[in-house]
Amino acid sequence: MSSTALETVKTEVENESSNFSLWLHQIRAILKLEVKKNLFSLRSILIYLLALLPVIICAMIAIVVFLTSTAGGDPRWREEFSQVMATTFTFIYNALILRTVVFFGCAWIFMNLFRGEIVDRSLHYYFLCPVRREVLVAGKYLSGMIAAIIIFSLTTIVSLFFLYLAGYPSSLNYLIHGVGLRHAGIYVGITILACVGYGAFFLLVGLLFRNPILPALILYGWEWINFLLPPLLKKVSVVHYLHSLNPVPMDEGPFAVLAEPTPAWISIPSLLLMSVIVIALGCWKIRRAEISYSGE
Amino acid sequence: MTEMNDNLIVFDNVSKFYGEILGVNRVNLKISAGITSLVGPNGSGKTTLMNLMTGLLQPTRGKMSVLGISPNNPEQLFRKVGYCSQFDSFPRGATGRELIRSYLTVHGYSKTEANELTHKALERVNLLEAADRKVAGYSKGMRQKARLAQSIAHNPRVLVLDEPLNGLDPMARAEAINLFRSLAKEGLHLIISSHILHEVDMMSDSVILVSNGYVIAEGNIHGVREEIEERPAEIMIRCEFPTKLASKVFAMDSVVEARLHKDQKGLFVKTKDADKFYLMFNKLVIENDWGIESVAPADDDLNAVYQYLIGSEGEGKGR
Repeated sequence: MSSTALETVKTEVENESSNFSLWLHQIRAILKLEVKKNLFSLRSILIYLLALLPVIICAMIAIVVFLTSTAGGDPRWREEFSQVMATTFTFIYNALILRTVVFFGCAWIFMNLFRGEIVDRSLHYYFLCPVRREVLVAGKYLSGMIAAIIIFSLTTIVSLFFLYLAGYPSSLNYLIHGVGLRHAGIYVGITILACVGYGAFFLLVGLLFRNPILPALILYGWEWINFLLPPLLKKVSVVHYLHSLNPVPMDEGPFAVLAEPTPAWISIPSLLLMSVIVIALGCWKIRRAEISYSGE
Repeated sequence: MTEMNDNLIVFDNVSKFYGEILGVNRVNLKISAGITSLVGPNGSGKTTLMNLMTGLLQPTRGKMSVLGISPNNPEQLFRKVGYCSQFDSFPRGATGRELIRSYLTVHGYSKTEANELTHKALERVNLLEAADRKVAGYSKGMRQKARLAQSIAHNPRVLVLDEPLNGLDPMARAEAINLFRSLAKEGLHLIISSHILHEVDMMSDSVILVSNGYVIAEGNIHGVREEIEERPAEIMIRCEFPTKLASKVFAMDSVVEARLHKDQKGLFVKTKDADKFYLMFNKLVIENDWGIESVAPADDDLNAVYQYLIGSEGEGKGR
């Protein structure tokens, strides 16, 4: 290779690396602005109220169980109690936390990343910066992820903790020294994956639709009827992959169409791949996006 | 060709339609450094042109480039371009200083650089005192200054300003115009849209007249006036004997109208051929040995050109 060609390659490599460090700097700057907005703006109050719902329900169940149980000292009761609580939490987690709180919470956070700025008429501030639109999508998506993961992981952990508090002190022992802690970790993992999957979907929905509520409700319905769908269609959903990861299997009722749960080594990469494809679509859409607030 | 365009803003047969509604049609422009004003009534397409050149809108047809950079490449474009838009909204809760500084960090500047540039920009638009107040509490004029500061903070080579004098009081207006002039002297391209014609007239090196989505005239304002052949040129002559002068000039072929000024010390002359008139007029003055105080075109300002080309649409907006 001649020295000029070598120089050119070297310059290209240096440019790429300086571009990359610029993008990282820009993502950090966007994160700083957006995380603050996602966690502390007026819009986030709704998310906190939603996130509190399962915590309050679990706390109430715990209080009722604690006050009404009389057989706390019986070791057989203690074992049964832990089993019942594990099943109860799986039900609360899947029906309330995952399918409702995380779903609508992510809808609110991620749809507002772009749609909210269009409604506030402030998106042009980003569009007038020398920033690649893909970098903007990455920054905003990550900021949504950070906010969603913080809020909904806390909801999951605190709800679980309150529920097990009902059988104090023996249940706490189960939680810390038994499989309880491992289960808690898995639930948090599922919550994070849910934020990744739903977040990507709702970010795209917020870019594609002026009124994203309808597509969100359609997805909500689709996720809820997942247990009735044939095995092939089940795979076209987020919740199917998340259910496969549940530490405690959940009874989906007498009408459920049974299907083999997808193993974790397939479901996790599938969900991540699906999210990457959806985010790529979002990038494609934003590259062609125009600022026309009057039409909104 | 590309090298030549590296210092120009180029519109090459650009059209923009909003569905079936025309935004701008078949625009061909080459804008060089200095102050260029976009003039036209509301809805004529001025903002559309600005949004097209900054990539906020995509053209339906045609191509554009700003100093050789496509508006589809924001990463490079906004290193060189600043846009002070008309969108009167700001991120919630931000102070003037935070607004500018945070977006400079998104540009890629370090914290120290961003702080310095923010301070300079706020100083330049005279907004330092209110810099740490929430933008939500700013007056219209202060918000306009904040937008202006944001658009100049990164020292762009092209500054696009959509109605930048809106909401400013007379003092701030004069300051802003001085700032634009000094930026133009530094070699910047300033594209300004305005409907305050006498101010545009005062500061512009060239104008682009837009009406109903079409560019109907462009260039130096006096040049544009000369090209409007169907309207006789109006000339104001100040002298001691306007009545005598009126009788003489009225006899000239090229003169279509001669009218005395209200103070009886001047004469308005309308002529189809200004060059021919000046030639004959000079002869007349020498032959009669008249003392002439001044001779000046009375209708080659922007207001007159605007009225001639755009007509009654613009009435009442000129001042």
